[in-house]
Amino acid sequence: MTLNEFRTLFQNGLDKQNTGLVQLLGLCPLLAISNTVVNAVSLGLATMLVMMTASGAVSSVRHFVPHEIRIPVFVLIIAALVTVVDLVMNAFVHPLYLVLGIFIPLITTNCIVLARADAFASKNHPLASVVDAFAMGLGLTAVLMVLGAMRELAGQGTLLSGIDLVFGADAKAFVLHLLPGYQGFLLAVLPPGAFIALGLLIAAHNWRRARAEKRAHAAIPVAA
Amino acid sequence: MPAPFVIDHSSVTQVMAWVLVALLPGIAAHVWLFGPGILVTLALATVTAVVAEAAMLKARGYPVRPFLTDLSAIVTAWLLALCLPSLAPWWLIVTGTLFAIVVAKHLYGGLGQNVFNPAMVGYAVLLISFPVQMTSWPGPLALTGTPLSLADSAAIIFGGAPKAVLDAVTMATPLDTLRTGLLQQHTVDEIMTQPIFGHVGGAGFEWLAGAFLAGGLVLWALRIISWRVPLAFLAGVWLAAGFLHFFDAGRYGAPWFHLFAPSVMLGAFFIATDPVSGSTTPLGKLIFGFGAGVLTIIIRTWGGYPDGVAFAVLLMNVAVPLIDQYTQPRIYGGAPGREKGSSR
Repeated sequence: MTLNEFRTLFQNGLDKQNTGLVQLLGLCPLLAISNTVVNAVSLGLATMLVMMTASGAVSSVRHFVPHEIRIPVFVLIIAALVTVVDLVMNAFVHPLYLVLGIFIPLITTNCIVLARADAFASKNHPLASVVDAFAMGLGLTAVLMVLGAMRELAGQGTLLSGIDLVFGADAKAFVLHLLPGYQGFLLAVLPPGAFIALGLLIAAHNWRRARAEKRAHAAIPVAA
Repeated sequence: MPAPFVIDHSSVTQVMAWVLVALLPGIAAHVWLFGPGILVTLALATVTAVVAEAAMLKARGYPVRPFLTDLSAIVTAWLLALCLPSLAPWWLIVTGTLFAIVVAKHLYGGLGQNVFNPAMVGYAVLLISFPVQMTSWPGPLALTGTPLSLADSAAIIFGGAPKAVLDAVTMATPLDTLRTGLLQQHTVDEIMTQPIFGHVGGAGFEWLAGAFLAGGLVLWALRIISWRVPLAFLAGVWLAAGFLHFFDAGRYGAPWFHLFAPSVMLGAFFIATDPVSGSTTPLGKLIFGFGAGVLTIIIRTWGGYPDGVAFAVLLMNVAVPLIDQYTQPRIYGGAPGREKGSSR
């Protein structure tokens, strides 16, 4: 794997093919669980972990899976790996596990995981597949984090609330109360807030890309 | 132009100006019945709307002056302000107006492109986000006794008055009272004996509804709005409420009571008639209005909020493209049935 391929994978995952902003895949958990930064990042990392292991596994067995039944096989692999993540989270971060609830098992049906398995891992070397899954997962987690921060800040005026669910009761001190005396904006916490915030993020991303494209065009001298 | 069409010279500015004029009876009744607080709300909403409109036009690269003077932003601001409790805190008014103008109007493409009625989006956002402030309605002066001066009202709105002053004048609206009473297993007749109820609607509230009706009839007389949407809306409310009332008069309010809640009159004549977010075909207008009326009663009766006009209008806004597609009128001289050119 050359450095250039490596860079392309990361560019795709974080920007050009970002799952949250460009591919718009797996929006159900993206919208449902992004009401605080801690929830959003936790689910993002869990999904990333599943994606990396699933892509690695799928890529390793890609020569033995008949093409016609590849999807059920991939889903079985993903389901097994999600079960592992589910049990691990239940054991080590139980309070967070209770908050994320059904959305951990639902990673199985998240189309990003299957999409990367089918579109990339089933055709590429395991190392490249794991790197691709890592980049895609990182892009997803980044979008989730920004979305969670926007909604948490607008909704309750804090950041990192619920961090004690991950690092124990002592971590409560890390919660940032950025807007003291803030009354809260319920809409941002409710599902419509997720759609509006994601819409704004996608718009910002498109605007940035359109501007970059314009500049690239302007740089090319037009032949007379 | 192939035929001698009659050209209507009315501009957007003229239409919007007439809508504002037609709202004046309602505003006057509001001041007379509930005190001058609404004037502060209207002024604040207007200023916020104009500033937001100018900023959005500039950001989108449109000429500011011609679009700002079409008055559409002020119409949105007034309609939203008239839906808010008249002593609502200033930030509530500003948030709602900003949401209406920036998100519901300009992010969807500006006047003529907005899928949803901007004023109703602003209202729905506020109702969902701040249910306590949005249900603190001042009671009619005839019941609360002490009329607040303009300065007192402004002090409450801008947070300069102790909360007790506001608590002294707010009371449950007729629709709230009905809803709470029914939840406590009282019958409609028992609930209606409370002083908040008047002749057919709520005390004071019914006159406000009458003033909106009068303004709406002016708009119809000038042919600025067609009769179809308001009449279908009122018929939808009356028939749906009447149907329920007919089967169990003890558990469902009378149709006239539902009709003479001010929100229905304001909704039927000023909000559902929005030419942008409403249906455009003659039959479509009837379906749109009737659907919104029936939904209003359904939401009032079984929904989580005491009133449902805003949600009903927004839900019907979603259905408009579908309604318009299936109600295209027959082109004059064309064959009956579905037109080839009409379906897209």
